[in-house]
Amino acid sequence: MNGARSRLRTEVAIVGGGLVGCSTALHLARRRVPCVLLEAERCGAHASGVNYGGVRQQGRALAELPLAGRARRIWGRLERLVGGDGEFRATGHLRLARDEAEAAALEGWIREAARYGVHGELLSREALRARFPWLGEGFAAGSFSADDGQANPRLVAPLFARAARSEGATILEGRTVVAIERAPPGFVLRAEPELELEARVLVNAAGAWGTRIARLLGEELPSEPIAPNMLVSEPLPFRIEPNLGMAGPGIYLRQVPDGSVIFGGGRGTVDLERRRCRPSFATSLATIGEACRVVPELARASIIRTWAGIEGRTPDDLPIIGPSPRMAGLFHAFGFSGHGFMLAPAVGAVLAELILDGHSATSLAGLEPARFAPGSAAAA
Amino acid sequence: MSSDPLVVIVGAGPAGMAAARTLVEGGLRPLVLEKGPTPGGRLWQRPATVDFERRLPGHDPDRAERGVSDFLGIVDRIDWYPGTTVLDATRDRLWALGSDGVIDQTPWDALLVATGALDRVVPLPGWTLAGVYTLGGAQAALKVHGCAVGRRVAFLGTGPLLWLAAAQHLAAGAEVALVADTSHRLGALPALPDLLSDPQRLALGLACFRIVRRAGVPIRLGVRAAIVEGNETVRAISVESRGGRRHFTCDAVAMGFGLVPQTQLLDLLDVPFDLVPTSGLWLPRTDRSGRTPVPRVYAAGDGARVLGGDAARLSGERAALAILEDLGRPTDPERVARLERELARQERFARGLARAFPFPAELEARTDDDTVVCRCEGVTAGAIASAVRTFGRHDVNAVKALTRCGMGRCQGRLCGPAAARIAARAAGVPLGEAGRLRAQPPIEPLPARARCMVTEPNG
Repeated sequence: MNGARSRLRTEVAIVGGGLVGCSTALHLARRRVPCVLLEAERCGAHASGVNYGGVRQQGRALAELPLAGRARRIWGRLERLVGGDGEFRATGHLRLARDEAEAAALEGWIREAARYGVHGELLSREALRARFPWLGEGFAAGSFSADDGQANPRLVAPLFARAARSEGATILEGRTVVAIERAPPGFVLRAEPELELEARVLVNAAGAWGTRIARLLGEELPSEPIAPNMLVSEPLPFRIEPNLGMAGPGIYLRQVPDGSVIFGGGRGTVDLERRRCRPSFATSLATIGEACRVVPELARASIIRTWAGIEGRTPDDLPIIGPSPRMAGLFHAFGFSGHGFMLAPAVGAVLAELILDGHSATSLAGLEPARFAPGSAAAA
Repeated sequence: MSSDPLVVIVGAGPAGMAAARTLVEGGLRPLVLEKGPTPGGRLWQRPATVDFERRLPGHDPDRAERGVSDFLGIVDRIDWYPGTTVLDATRDRLWALGSDGVIDQTPWDALLVATGALDRVVPLPGWTLAGVYTLGGAQAALKVHGCAVGRRVAFLGTGPLLWLAAAQHLAAGAEVALVADTSHRLGALPALPDLLSDPQRLALGLACFRIVRRAGVPIRLGVRAAIVEGNETVRAISVESRGGRRHFTCDAVAMGFGLVPQTQLLDLLDVPFDLVPTSGLWLPRTDRSGRTPVPRVYAAGDGARVLGGDAARLSGERAALAILEDLGRPTDPERVARLERELARQERFARGLARAFPFPAELEARTDDDTVVCRCEGVTAGAIASAVRTFGRHDVNAVKALTRCGMGRCQGRLCGPAAARIAARAAGVPLGEAGRLRAQPPIEPLPARARCMVTEPNG
């Protein structure tokens, strides 16, 4: 290699090789639009590749439902889209209420979500016990959504990266974006080591680093890094079919076909500078205790591994997706706040439409960056 | 007294015991955590009811007895927790599961990791059959339980432990079907000058070789390939060497290709690792004093570098002096210099051993596609190679994510190095580029029902 900085030109530059970045690259490439994705480490290195693997519409903020509905349709044909099995299974999602107030919240959500075509089935205390005999005591009600399920992020993230590449997207790993300049009508990105990338359109899909990437262009979009804390047990014989979650704060849990129970709750620790995170043992112990109350048989098992993945969280727990309010050609898609895995396949599709067609049939109302822009009506 | 810094020693084998004594002499009261029920580690594991122990070569019951009782003589001056498994550690606290099933959180000021080593295995056709043991496992069965792992045991591998374990079995009256070593006799010659640095250990090694030969046990050197045969249980082993391929009937195989330091705790504490090209192992960065690049974290014994039991004792003592030095306590520079001289001699001997008994990288790299590499998850070499080619990823952690290799109960302790070798070979890159499996807490499986005495909020 010589010392000269290589310079590339493309139509769309994507910063970040998580699921959102790779999904955007894939959808652009399928429409034959040249794009270059810059990833500081390896695609799917953080939360995209090591998240819990929940695929659910149930319990989401209503603003996310149009996107989630579209994502769900993509999940159903994911294998064809990415050319490999990401282990998506529509196992249903069971959301549990501990008390009457939470039960009322479940009921309220089911009513609201029906307007978006999303269905949930309210289950009484007795129905819960009859249908899910492995469930612990003390749940006032549950809500079951048959359409939801789970998938394996360890496969889904690399599958998206591979599919994007094979459709013609350029994916450069080990390139950290250190500066971005506005060079109308587009942008010039400087990455280390040794790369300059010129593009007409820029997509900020940098996950937990999304706030920093936006700041390189003088745009202030708030998010803080988090690292959801997760665990897995040794294989257990009993069968928990649905993906489980709580109506209030708490754990989430699923069992995969080999018998291992994957569950999570709380946070690990993050060091954004070193791009490292770590599960917290104290968090893990608290989560184990809670998980054993939800599924008492889990107490018979041993926990064999814990982990965490770096992710960005916004002040309102909703992702920042859509065009920059100030700068033409700049799009953001980050800050998924711990629930982006399910949405990512659709985020790429919608961004590709916004970039190429100027509009998308899928509403991003309530998710757009403008809500954080100072002085804008949405920010008030 | 309460202001004294708390030094925690993990592991009470020769290294940990020597360190504890040195710290006590230095006026400290260390906390010693040991996974086993008794002190002594693998080396001084004592038989409960075995009458042949005095006949075992390389096993000195009196010395073991002295070593252990010497340690037990200071237990009132240390905080001694046998049956305690360390699960995780951060820069200021350590989590351990006690024999009572209770998890405790311990703050620490200095941490000495002396966690020892395990046998290194190479995935071979048939190695997952019932009846295949590690050399250490076979040795423990003999020394602790007084029984052999089979009626006719074949020994396969390389290194001094291969010959020692075989000789010990013969001395105890067990039948040995075969000793098959991947190293060549000629390879020992250039190693001789280094091996002469410890004439006693050299003499022991030669004595073991003689015991095996005099017993008329078939010996194969320069073994290039081996297959364990059987249907659920071991029935035979077939080995290929210059003399051709031959079958040997046996009902158990004891296998080991050197030792692998148990470094998970150092890994979780962010100690950097370096690849040793000859062995293909990643070892924690330490210097002769036992200091790691991470402040207040020290390593000693075979858990840092495999140098053997004598070196473990010396390095434990040396690391304890380093801790005292770093805490501003007086230490004797002559003692430090003497220890380092003796350690240098042990390092020289270890270099000789590494030369005489090189790790058989070829045997590991040529694993055929159907051979199971990860025993816990049933992942084959072919599945690893195929994931590498399909996704263009050769980092062994990526391979783990794609194939589940290393995701089972042992967390890749056994299969990690082999998986890296197979991934590197499939990708056509140097071994170092496959990296190493990162440790993840808990270091050992954590029973979900274990109670925790900690009430503070999440950290």
